[in-house]
Amino acid sequence: MSTHPEGHTDHISTQFNVELEDVKNNMLEMGGVVEKQITDAMHCLIKLDSGLANDVITQENVIDSMETSIDAECSLILARRQPAASDLRLVLAIIKTIRDLERMGDESAKIASMSIKLSEGEGFTHGLNEFGHLGTKVVKMVSSALNSFARYDSEEALKVVEDDLAVDSEYRTAMRSMVTYMMEDPRLISKVLNLLWALRALERIGDHAKNIAEHVIYVVEGMDVRHQGS
Amino acid sequence: MKKVEVRTSLDNGLETLEELKSCVDVKDLNLYYSKDKQALIDVNLKIPEQRVTAFIGPSGCGKSSLLRCFNRMNDLVDDCVIVGRIEIDGEDIYKKAVDVADLRRRVGMVFQKPNPFPKSIYENVAYGLRIQGVNSKRILDDAVEKSLRAAALWDEVKDRLSDSALGLSGGQQQRLVIARTIAVEPEVLLLDEPASALDPISTLKIEELISELKKHYTIVIVTHNMQQAARVSDYTAFMYMGNMVEFDKTDIIFTNPSKKQTEDYITGRYG
Repeated sequence: MSTHPEGHTDHISTQFNVELEDVKNNMLEMGGVVEKQITDAMHCLIKLDSGLANDVITQENVIDSMETSIDAECSLILARRQPAASDLRLVLAIIKTIRDLERMGDESAKIASMSIKLSEGEGFTHGLNEFGHLGTKVVKMVSSALNSFARYDSEEALKVVEDDLAVDSEYRTAMRSMVTYMMEDPRLISKVLNLLWALRALERIGDHAKNIAEHVIYVVEGMDVRHQGS
Repeated sequence: MKKVEVRTSLDNGLETLEELKSCVDVKDLNLYYSKDKQALIDVNLKIPEQRVTAFIGPSGCGKSSLLRCFNRMNDLVDDCVIVGRIEIDGEDIYKKAVDVADLRRRVGMVFQKPNPFPKSIYENVAYGLRIQGVNSKRILDDAVEKSLRAAALWDEVKDRLSDSALGLSGGQQQRLVIARTIAVEPEVLLLDEPASALDPISTLKIEELISELKKHYTIVIVTHNMQQAARVSDYTAFMYMGNMVEFDKTDIIFTNPSKKQTEDYITGRYG
């Protein structure tokens, strides 16, 4: 039985409706914070803005506390309501999604740290195009994954899962460029390695967005589509 | 996308209904309490052997009526008309040649409210065997101990078997009734809300007992407590207004049912 797009609002217990809607909204709010965090991290690396980078690193604590608080809400719902079927799938998916969001926050902080290292000494401009290009795709994936959750749209979620293949391929291309930069000028190796870590962090954020999309498919269709080679 | 089966820690997690031998086979069953009052409508169901099957559904949906058909308890209801067929181990239980008393021995039943006889604990369990003509003390002693052990009551009552059964607690009385039922070695155990009058600890003891008993018996349980159905049963049937809406593995019914009515009921949306 698929989850209805109107969601989890027609229980006999109106309090249960409120609890499920609240926890879902809180998760989406956390998603919004993480989305901004990723955009800021990208921005600070492209502009080599270490002030913004420090803000991104500090913001990680906010995301961590949101994760803890939503986790507690989910535990209470499981203990008090013993949800079943689509309600159970929703709560389980939220528990997994906030973990992915928190990891995305960690990866954003890594990008911010790398941008601080890159901004030290002489300016560094190599590879920023590749980074910007990959980053735009990843941000779009994150945004679509969260939208698909908000609307219980499994088709949009499926597109996110497919987009991850393109991001992985883009990442491999960027890696080859980085190797070329290092071969061309070995003095750049330490800087390029920093950028490489940032690219790696972006690619991981893409993987987490794909995970969230898979959780959405689980909520909506009741199907576990993880680990199927896509 | 490939649908992935839900795997559980249960040893029967990957079995399918088709592979299992059915014990009770219900075919096109209709039950009328009067001309205007039809309680069961075209029910078809195969209850698997040595598994726990739960019937869930709102009050008046027909789950107890269906349960009572399995040992012909509805024969005692005036004007009750049953059309269709119920087979237990391939034998039509509504054919004329069937000895109803023997059927009720083969298909034991336990009710919501514990109903021990006003006799000693020992005599309650031995009763069924005595009316079958068994009088040997050694056989009766063995049967009483075996049944009380199977009902997880032996350790609590072994030193006071001659005490009145009415002095036991509600939970103990219900386990005594189960011991009385299994003393005559039935094939099927029908449990109609067996724990709804009991406290949570006694309820857990009954549930634990059910999972032990399914190794030897086919168990059908009617319950209003959905968590109980989810905990104890292997298969769940959801009934609504006399219809069998959905019958599937309990794991599937409680995580991803295929019918909207089932989903609405188990998630508390049924209005």
